[in-house]
Amino acid sequence: MTGADVLLLALGAVAVGAGALVVATRHLVRAGLWLVVCLGALAGDYLVLGAELVAWVQVLIYVGAVVVLLLFAVMLTRAPIGPSDDLDRPGWPAALIGAGSGLGLAVLLVDAFRWSRVALPATGTAERLGEQVFRSWVLPFEVLSVLLLAALVGAIVLSRPDIGRPGATPAAAPARPGRPAGPVEPARPVVAAAGDEGGRA
Amino acid sequence: MRPVIPYVTAALLFGLGVYGVLRRRNAVLVLMAVELMLNAVNLILVTADTTVRAALPHSGQVFALFVIVLAAAEIGVGLAIVLQLYRLRASVTVDDVPLAEAPAPATGAAADGGEGEK
Repeated sequence: MTGADVLLLALGAVAVGAGALVVATRHLVRAGLWLVVCLGALAGDYLVLGAELVAWVQVLIYVGAVVVLLLFAVMLTRAPIGPSDDLDRPGWPAALIGAGSGLGLAVLLVDAFRWSRVALPATGTAERLGEQVFRSWVLPFEVLSVLLLAALVGAIVLSRPDIGRPGATPAAAPARPGRPAGPVEPARPVVAAAGDEGGRA
Repeated sequence: MRPVIPYVTAALLFGLGVYGVLRRRNAVLVLMAVELMLNAVNLILVTADTTVRAALPHSGQVFALFVIVLAAAEIGVGLAIVLQLYRLRASVTVDDVPLAEAPAPATGAAADGGEGEK
């Protein structure tokens, strides 16, 4: 057991413990906060494993953006103070499948690697990773940029109630000439926002 | 460095993610469990980068970066869907989502008309 092993064990225990609390806690907001602990421990794991850039990107994107977005969603939908009882469905099958897949994979990996030891390779700094990304993996990189654009457009279409719904457009189209066009168009977002506010309160 | 330690950590995290996806009813908590699974995969990729000597160096870490980008896109679209579901039904419980195809246009038009009139 070297120092790296001890660090990996400790960070792994923190990550698994926080992950268990994410899926087991009865407090909605605390689940998001335990997710921060789990992802932070994983970032530490990446640092020990020599993946420097991945660790900082993990902190930036996961802890900084994804968890904040998740907490936003919790607050925007329903954020009760205190524990809520209706978060889980009664599930022995879930525990069975989850434990089966997790422990099965663990047994498989333990059997594959035993107690072998490897030397840590060169640290994955931004320079080395950038060289790989822009030399060997340029095509996936470009495809990912297109995917991000598609996700952006998709999220906008989904969150706008007045576009993108095939059932709504033909129904709304005949109604428009009958009504005066001026007041209807600006009134819609105001009404929707008011309804949203009322639903949130 | 013993590679079995991060590998087993990743396997257990993946199992926890599967459990959370199957167990949770709140859609936001389901998304959190999905994040756990994606992170387990990332840990596997980064660890494999140290153990497997591939032809291209640091491929596993590059893949981990790609998976992080995919997760960011997924969470954006997923939360847009969740917020839209909450706007329509005032609840984000996964069990209440109607999956039947047939009555969807009628109820969708009715819900849209009601929402427009409100």
